[in-house]
Amino acid sequence: MTSNETGTHGAVLQDTPPATDRPLVELRGAGKSYGNIRALHGVDLKVFSNQVTCVLGDNGAGKSTLIKIISGLHQHTEGEFLVDGEPVRFSTPREALDKGIATVYQDLAVVPLMPVWRNFFLGSEMTKGPWPVRRLDIERMKKTADEELRNMGIVLDDMEQPIGTLSGGQRQCVAIARAVYFGARVLILDEPTAALGVKQSGVVLKYIAAAREKGLGVIFITHNPHHAYMVGDHFSVLRLGTMELSASRSEVSLEELTNHMAGGTELASLKHELAQVRGVDVEELPEEGDLSAPVATSSEGKS
Amino acid sequence: MSMTQQATPAVDTPPAPGPKQSDGRTRQRPMALRLLARPEVGVFLGAVAVLVFFLFAAPPVRDGSSMANILYQSSTIGIMALPVALLMIGGEFDLSAGVAVVTSALTASMLSYQLTMNVWVGVIVALLVSLAIGAFNGWLLVKTGLPSFLVTLGTFLILQGVNLAVTKLVTGNVATDDISDMDGFTQAQKLFASTFTVGGVNVKITVVWWLVFAALATWVLLRTKYGNWIFAVGGNKHSARAVGVPVTFTKISLFMLVGFGAWFVGMHQLFSFNTVQSGEGVGQELIYIAAAVIGGCLLTGGYGSAIGPVFGAFMFGMVQQGIVYAGWNPDWFKAFLGVMLLGAVLINLWVQRTATRR
Repeated sequence: MTSNETGTHGAVLQDTPPATDRPLVELRGAGKSYGNIRALHGVDLKVFSNQVTCVLGDNGAGKSTLIKIISGLHQHTEGEFLVDGEPVRFSTPREALDKGIATVYQDLAVVPLMPVWRNFFLGSEMTKGPWPVRRLDIERMKKTADEELRNMGIVLDDMEQPIGTLSGGQRQCVAIARAVYFGARVLILDEPTAALGVKQSGVVLKYIAAAREKGLGVIFITHNPHHAYMVGDHFSVLRLGTMELSASRSEVSLEELTNHMAGGTELASLKHELAQVRGVDVEELPEEGDLSAPVATSSEGKS
Repeated sequence: MSMTQQATPAVDTPPAPGPKQSDGRTRQRPMALRLLARPEVGVFLGAVAVLVFFLFAAPPVRDGSSMANILYQSSTIGIMALPVALLMIGGEFDLSAGVAVVTSALTASMLSYQLTMNVWVGVIVALLVSLAIGAFNGWLLVKTGLPSFLVTLGTFLILQGVNLAVTKLVTGNVATDDISDMDGFTQAQKLFASTFTVGGVNVKITVVWWLVFAALATWVLLRTKYGNWIFAVGGNKHSARAVGVPVTFTKISLFMLVGFGAWFVGMHQLFSFNTVQSGEGVGQELIYIAAAVIGGCLLTGGYGSAIGPVFGAFMFGMVQQGIVYAGWNPDWFKAFLGVMLLGAVLINLWVQRTATRR
């Protein structure tokens, strides 16, 4: 367990994957530059089925860029992106969806003014009839949407109500239920709990666990280590566009995770400065030596 | 850093299906209220009110032939208002729609006359030109991400200038030459500008086309995948793209649909008047947009219907002709329109707030 003082870049330690499995989605040294701004660099990530992979990071750490690459909204500019071991480069989210990679975005999961059932089937509508008169099979869609939502524990009186009238948690859950129904193998959740209350977050976390039980690989993006630790099997912490920590659940405690989130080694040195300020309790803060989790180490030298 | 707020362990079991049948939070609202929330019902009531008003205020309106005339007036606005409404539900609007009508008519007229060809050649080429203008608008919008206001304002100005300049260059005049004695004219006129008699009243064919297109647009909007996509790209483009809706295709095809409408109305004008005035059409685009907005379409997209603009266009035709039949100064027409437009916008706003209230 070596600790990188700069802690900003480098390869990540291998965690032990389920033996027979190969990762559904794998990033090898992937990165993305917007013009001369390097938003993401040298990121390794593996997503296995039946696992929740948590990606944590502060604002601007590159979480959004990471999921946009995997979901097909943006293309990576360096490294490799593999799905089922095959290198891929998606140009639209449709291509990612066809590979079974579904993304539920925090702010753009649904179209608010459209009815619940239309939102549920948006982009993958059920139709009937031959081509010139091929039309939506509205009865079947309403019935299926209602059944699927009830299976997830969401009971709605009226499938025709605009989805904007649902609560934030319910909307997230509809989006998750939709992704699961449409045969997603990899589910990417972009800060699903960020805007939610305590109880609603709990509901969403339940569905994350439920999705894992169904055999999906889940990528859970969050900046809340508590939420991550409740459901996560593997944790990756991003900082300033590079991987700072990659560890499985057995290798890291919630406390360490929180410390890494909060800046890791930087926090330890901050402790000494804070100790000189009256009124700041530093007893609970960890020493640098306490951080035993596998910190990402530099394998390619300085870049 | 205290960790006391960490509490429950990982939840592993999927939630049990709820035995309750209702979430108990939505009350069934009275039928009348639910109907009023439909986008087309408000404008329907408005159209009825305007009709009743003019039936009393202008006795000539009660005559069958006046009504046919009003419907004809409405249909020329209504045929264009339909694709403009679909485009608006899809989140964009097209300022070039008015002059594009004239561009299409000019193309067909000048091409046939100058090359002395069958008018159908001109008609087909005009269709291609109109679709190309629509495709260009859509392509530029999708590629640059500029607002449709700017993109179509550009095409509006370009087409306005090209219409005048090219017509003067080719014919030496601001109008095109009469094409009524050319091959295929009567045939094309049958399709675009004929008249038939129902119970002694002469009705223009455009009224039939208007209603046919409206029925088709309603079906497409509410019953097909494409209709679902129109609502989605207008309601939230990014969400739509993220769940796999072909946003680029939907937007460009909507602009091309407006091109098709412009072609149809342009052909109607050409074959009913035989010549085309190159400076016309300016200002019509706002009439189409207003008819769509009065018809309950949300200017910001994602909400509306195809039936609403039918009533919206009818209100326009009614007011336009009603003022004449009532013997009033027709200068008041625009003032009426303004009042109707504001009323419709306020109703729309209220509907949207009610629909999204938590």
